[in-house]
Amino acid sequence: MSLGPDRIAVFGGVYSNHLALEAACRQALAQGAQSLYCLGDLGAFGPHPERVFPILERYGVVTLQGNYEESLAAGRPDCNCGYTDPRDNHFAQISYDYTAEKTPAAAKRWMAGLPKTLRMERAGRRILMAHGSPRRINEFLWHSTSPVPFLSRMLDEQRADLLLVTHTGLHWHRRLSPRRDVVNVGSIGRPANDGRTHVTYALLTLGEALQVEFVPVSYDVEALAQEMRQEKLPEEFIETVRTGWWTTCLEILPAKERAAGRY
Amino acid sequence: MSEPSPSAYPTLPFLAWDTLWFQVAGTICNLRCTHCFISCSPANHTHGMLTLESVSRYLREAESLGVKEYYFTGGEPFMNRELFQILEATLELGPATVLTNGLLLDARRCRRLKALESTTDYSLDLRISLDGWGSEDHDRIRGEGTFHRAMQGARNLWDAGLNPVFTVTELAQGIASPAGRQRFLEQLRDFGISKPRLKALSLFHMGSEAQRGRGYHPWERLEASTPVNPEKLQCGSGRMVTSQGVYVCPILIDTPAARMGQSLEEAQRPFVLAYPACHTCHVQGVTCRT
Repeated sequence: MSLGPDRIAVFGGVYSNHLALEAACRQALAQGAQSLYCLGDLGAFGPHPERVFPILERYGVVTLQGNYEESLAAGRPDCNCGYTDPRDNHFAQISYDYTAEKTPAAAKRWMAGLPKTLRMERAGRRILMAHGSPRRINEFLWHSTSPVPFLSRMLDEQRADLLLVTHTGLHWHRRLSPRRDVVNVGSIGRPANDGRTHVTYALLTLGEALQVEFVPVSYDVEALAQEMRQEKLPEEFIETVRTGWWTTCLEILPAKERAAGRY
Repeated sequence: MSEPSPSAYPTLPFLAWDTLWFQVAGTICNLRCTHCFISCSPANHTHGMLTLESVSRYLREAESLGVKEYYFTGGEPFMNRELFQILEATLELGPATVLTNGLLLDARRCRRLKALESTTDYSLDLRISLDGWGSEDHDRIRGEGTFHRAMQGARNLWDAGLNPVFTVTELAQGIASPAGRQRFLEQLRDFGISKPRLKALSLFHMGSEAQRGRGYHPWERLEASTPVNPEKLQCGSGRMVTSQGVYVCPILIDTPAARMGQSLEEAQRPFVLAYPACHTCHVQGVTCRT
């Protein structure tokens, strides 16, 4: 029986980074997380997508369907990531083709059955989890373009007090009113475009007051880079994990988020 | 003009208030671009300047409706003397983007814009319109010396710490191909903008462009049976405010039947896609959003 408030760890955007996934799960449990949640996008970008599933199973991670899982399960020709720029789509296609080829058929069948949203109630707070947003699996909710009135409307429509999403790869928390919050939990597959190599998950303490902590996770970056090289993944991707700066998927960034990065 | 028949064309539902546009400078512009789909010019007062008071009234309504992002266009928005106050009021509620030809972006205005941007969590974005790289293509459409002046404006923005999006029409050589797009990005890097941002735009064969290029062909219409997607078409989640009321989108403000009411509430209803421009948006996947 739990004596204190519930504590949960929530992450998204694994992007086949099995080294970071293992490190994040271990760290979250050490920090007292009672349950682990993954908001989808297990594949893309990194090496060996098949190595992610045993880790999720071992740690009992409750997993939602991201656009990647939706596309892989349906046999779509692309990831439906929602990019608009040809260069972004070029790199997204390399990721997707690699991941689609290396993902076992059984895993694709499992992905088809994953839920798109998850609801629960803790400390009188109605919690809703989704990949991009509750209304669209590939909607980008960025901090600088998801204003309070818009998020308030979304929470009203969804009858929720706390919304947790991912898909953008950048984490943020916006408090709409004393008991209404939206958290983008960020990504544990790729650094947050700030020149630091760690990845991030959200640790939530669900008491009378909500506490949101973004926890940095260090892992063996050079080992991952080596695996990516062996798998002949683009040098641009390897540069990102080694430097902490995004080199692709840049055109989709709003002005403020773009200004914060190197490229 | 009466409303078109819903039996002849597809009807698009209105899903959500994601984007609200303001025709903040009306149809008044310091240029007379020969491809302008609403024929803006110094003398075109079909739609007038929006006042701070008028925009503020719509912003209050937009806040209650939960609008996600705001866009300002014209004409030339920086001809509106209240633009900075309007942007300040907007950025309290959400992100804002201004579409400009860049000619009025002197160093002082750019520093003011940066100061405004620094006070908010929301993005303030500037979009500069180009019709090619170099005077030859651009000035032929926009007037002599305009390429140089637009790029000076871009440089002033960059020097002030703001990174504009370059909106390039399909009149620019090769912009539609990935290689042409890449070349354009390289040219911007050579110009000194190390993080170039680019958006390609289709032409609408109406207004001045109908004379410069061509008008619409009779077959460029959607049919009632055409499957249309309100998540893809911008009229499924946005509207345009001008001095004359609320219109379905930024393109159709010279179409009387595209006026949907005086208030945002009146305008959140389905729209019959009866116009040639609707064909362009549907077929080419055009969105005026960045």
